[in-house]
Amino acid sequence: MDFLIFQVPMLTVQATLDGVLLGILFALIAYGMALQWGVMNIINIAQGDLVILGGYIAYFMYLYGIHPAWGVIVSPIIMYFVGVIIYKLVINKVVDRDLFISILATFGISILFMQLMNFAFGADVVLANSGYGTTMLFDNSVTLPNSKIFSAFISIVFAIGLVIYMKKSKLGRAIRATAQNARAAKILGVDTEKVYAATFGINAALCGVAGALISITFTIHPYMGLPYTIRSFMIVIVAGLGNLPGVAMSGMGLGMFEEFADYILGTEFRIGSVFLLLVLILVYRRFKLSKKREYLK
Amino acid sequence: MNKNNLILYIFILTFGIAAPFIFPAFKVQLSILCILIILALTWNVQGGEMGYNTFGNILFYGLGMYLCASVQVGMFFPLAEWTEGGGEKTFVHTPTQFFQGMAVGLAVAAVVPAIVAGLIGYSILGLRGHYFAICTLGLGVAAGEISGGIEIIGAGQGFTTPPFPNIGSLEARGEFFYFCSFIVLVLTFIAIKAIYSTRFKLVLNAIRDNEDKAEAMGIQTMKYKIIGWMISAFFCGLAGGIMGGLVGYIDSTDVAFDGREMGVFMVLMAILGGKGTLWGPVIGATVFHIFKEGFWTFFLGWQYVALGVLIIVIVIYFPEGIMGWLREKYPERFGEVVDEADRKAQVELK
Repeated sequence: MDFLIFQVPMLTVQATLDGVLLGILFALIAYGMALQWGVMNIINIAQGDLVILGGYIAYFMYLYGIHPAWGVIVSPIIMYFVGVIIYKLVINKVVDRDLFISILATFGISILFMQLMNFAFGADVVLANSGYGTTMLFDNSVTLPNSKIFSAFISIVFAIGLVIYMKKSKLGRAIRATAQNARAAKILGVDTEKVYAATFGINAALCGVAGALISITFTIHPYMGLPYTIRSFMIVIVAGLGNLPGVAMSGMGLGMFEEFADYILGTEFRIGSVFLLLVLILVYRRFKLSKKREYLK
Repeated sequence: MNKNNLILYIFILTFGIAAPFIFPAFKVQLSILCILIILALTWNVQGGEMGYNTFGNILFYGLGMYLCASVQVGMFFPLAEWTEGGGEKTFVHTPTQFFQGMAVGLAVAAVVPAIVAGLIGYSILGLRGHYFAICTLGLGVAAGEISGGIEIIGAGQGFTTPPFPNIGSLEARGEFFYFCSFIVLVLTFIAIKAIYSTRFKLVLNAIRDNEDKAEAMGIQTMKYKIIGWMISAFFCGLAGGIMGGLVGYIDSTDVAFDGREMGVFMVLMAILGGKGTLWGPVIGATVFHIFKEGFWTFFLGWQYVALGVLIIVIVIYFPEGIMGWLREKYPERFGEVVDEADRKAQVELK
């Protein structure tokens, strides 16, 4: 274990930049999770696997000679329908039941997806080459792939677009009403079943965008889903439901944490440190709340 | 204990002792069945009786596995050289060393996870509901990822546990591990049955039904939660230690901290059998194991797909499990008083 980062100070800049750009992507996935958690009260363990599936859509476009950046448009459309189908088959049966049932059911979906992707796409680590080149900063000591800037930009565009959509459109209002009080919304003529399906679809579509961007920027692998779920869960519990700036900030914070952990602890502990951080955050919040004789709800 | 129960227990005990001789080809499968039942029984203490749905009991299982193997090797040979590769060829355990190491290893594998559970229990068990579930899920995966990066226990390339020594021409490996796991199973069952027949179970159930009220009634819920978790960890660690020797090879994410298989299996088995009952996990684990071994070969390569579908189907359509179903069908057997007229009226309504 050598602390390279203390010997080369420029690596700090590198890690910070990488972390922020990565964190914006995490925030996009976490936004989807916060949306469906807030509206349907479901924790979706399969979130990360939806991301990876979205990534494979972009990767396949790349294989067939289409520029993978178009995956950003195609992937969410396909993933929306995948999400709606999952909702119709499984999620609508667990919506108003115990949360643990939904965790376990989506865990099942996660295992199913993981293995189906493993069969369909093989167990290799793949990436879709966008050919965007890299930008060199600070006398070539900091390398910044243009694809990372591209992915952060697209994530922000989608996030802002979705916020406006939720504020202005009829469906957006219906979703927000259902999140506030599903029963009252139902009485006032909102078709909550449809709203739930649309929410899950939108969540899956967001995962699709994020997945396509990840396949361009980083790598994808059928078994890489669970860390993305845990990351987005962590971001949501740190930021709280419905706190959008908080989601963005904690996303970037997590991205930076990971990059620094990567440099300081070594790559083999990267995923482990993410999961450990989740445990630490939950324990910290539990002790903070127990002073007030409360607990995490 | 009434007479019927006594006959049942004696029958099961006799069957358990005779099983490896009746089905000599299934010795390994029977040992795995014992391990699975132990895991389901201990999961049920948290998930079924206490209402704390944990994905983290795999932590103690994996910890026990690594500890048992490390102690068994480390007592006689340098551990680092063993795990560097080919250690099992350079250093050979004599039979005495093997059994001594195994005994000490199992003791450590049981005690240390229980202590770990006690230490982290106060922090982790303060979380409730799904936060607890996700936190323990994170704990299990983190343990797997971190142990996969530690050099001395084999890191990525795994850890070969000491091979079973040949005593003359006697080939007793299967029997040895079967009886190890069977004895631990019996001990686990006795211990869990004993604590279920005391006030302890009532406290656990009170925590499940309404923790705030239980606290208001003056029960120190945290104490009972930690003790419950320590009991589970004790037997999980033992099961892990035996499983390590049985498999003969420890890998951080595929064998020891195998959240995707064992970690889910134990939840699934307890739910399938019926959580919150003594016999539910036993029945669930047996049915699950028979189904798994009987049908896995038909799915060849599609096991995980089948597993995913199985989880979804059981969770959505069968959350009460086999015992819950039996209870609904034959409530008299479970000591519930049924009003005949009421039941008739209900049948007519249907």
